[in-house]
Amino acid sequence: MAQAKTLETIYGLIAPLNKKDAELAPQTTFAVDLELDSLTVMDLVAEIEDEFDIVLPLNMLPDLETVGQVADAVEKIVGEN
Amino acid sequence: MDLLDKFDSIVDLRASLPFEKADPFKVVIDEVISETEAVISGRHTILAGTNNYMGMTFNEEALEAAKTALDDFGTGTTGSRVLNGTYGGHKALEATIADFYGMEHCMVFSTGYQANLGMISALGGKDDYVIIDADSHASIYDGCSMGNATIVRFKHNDAENLERRLKRLPEDAGKLLVVEGIYSMLGDAAPLKELLEVGKKYGCMTLVDEAHSMGFSGENGRGVAEELGVEHMVDFYVGTFSKSVGTVGGFAVSSHPKFDVLRFVSRPYIFTASLPPSVVASATKSIEAIRRSGNRRAHLWENARQLHTGLKKAGFNMCTDEAESPIIAVHLPDVMIGTRFWETLLFEGVYANMAAPPATPAGMFLLRISVCAQHTSEQISEIIARFKRTAEIVGLNID
Ligand SMILES: Cc1ncc(COP(=O)(O)O)c(C=O)c1O
Repeated sequence: MAQAKTLETIYGLIAPLNKKDAELAPQTTFAVDLELDSLTVMDLVAEIEDEFDIVLPLNMLPDLETVGQVADAVEKIVGEN
Repeated sequence: MDLLDKFDSIVDLRASLPFEKADPFKVVIDEVISETEAVISGRHTILAGTNNYMGMTFNEEALEAAKTALDDFGTGTTGSRVLNGTYGGHKALEATIADFYGMEHCMVFSTGYQANLGMISALGGKDDYVIIDADSHASIYDGCSMGNATIVRFKHNDAENLERRLKRLPEDAGKLLVVEGIYSMLGDAAPLKELLEVGKKYGCMTLVDEAHSMGFSGENGRGVAEELGVEHMVDFYVGTFSKSVGTVGGFAVSSHPKFDVLRFVSRPYIFTASLPPSVVASATKSIEAIRRSGNRRAHLWENARQLHTGLKKAGFNMCTDEAESPIIAVHLPDVMIGTRFWETLLFEGVYANMAAPPATPAGMFLLRISVCAQHTSEQISEIIARFKRTAEIVGLNID
């Protein structure tokens, strides 16, 4: 489970895209709860990459459906660097 | 469980589009009058949405060569390039393209789509990185999915964004940077100098897809890399015969000494039939003609600038500040206006392309016009006039 700090940072990046004012929690999904299309998700990924100074490969995206999964992946990559 | 149920949302979306009399995905061209005119549903129509930039589809030498090849070699090869599907014509075409690009080696694929699949999936191995522009053509994305490399995406045409990503990758890993010369939706050109310099600084091998730009960019028509004088930084080019060359097929060229091994490892090269001899013969003649067609290139650029200037002056919201290619795209505000505009324009006798997400970046609705070297200046004026009339009919405010 990702740390609160990582999640908060990601919530901050999602906020401008959260047009439906969906509740942001680790289990929030990008496609259903936030209604983000795949292109918007990819732009968000780019912002997350820059914020954490990491590379989130495109190949990983299909497995990342929730905010919590992204936060976990970010922490794992940060830890490996 | 009906396997097609998962597409219901797409069926619904299409059904919700407000087309009344025509459907952009079901246009049938009944008769081709010339490179620039056709009969569509009984109407005489100016073609302003083909990829026939250099107007080579009726090039006499290409037609003649294709007919002779049909008579001499038949309608098809019925086999893979690595089995019975390589004829003398295929080798001659590869030599012609290698010579055209001033490179050592060329592989001819059955389509440009397969050339990207075949190059990217073979070059990017398990421990390698493939770095692509976010607005890349589907064939580049699919080449990435087909291979085993780690895929990294950078912001469209943004060298600084690319550098930030390259910095994060392991220094000694294999890296392939893939970019296009001209991006087909907005018709914008890539800042290849900046992109390739950054790529080289971080040890990338580079692949430039000149699918659209071949024919009209650069002194010999090799593409944007030639135009910008940065060909020394290109390791591989990919291109297609389906646009300026006026037929079908794809290719990759390189001076890499080990290039030929790709013939044995690139699955989209191996597991499909080779191009028919007639297509190969016309592509060869067409590429030779493109090389000599400096005047035609100049006229094509005049057409592009005339169209861009005219539409901009009329108040259309242009996708680029000036003509960066013969693809001139205008923004339309939403799907309703987009579909009505496209349909009305067709009934005014101009065929252009409607482009909508996901093919377009950032959810844009575009009307995309591509001009041909054979369009006359009168035809371009006519296209502009019909655009204005269409805007009026559909109530698009352009001032
Ligand atoms: C950039 C790019 N690469 C490759 C292709 C594929 O070309 P082909 O039509 O030969 O499959 C296209 C054409 O749609 C393209 O726009």
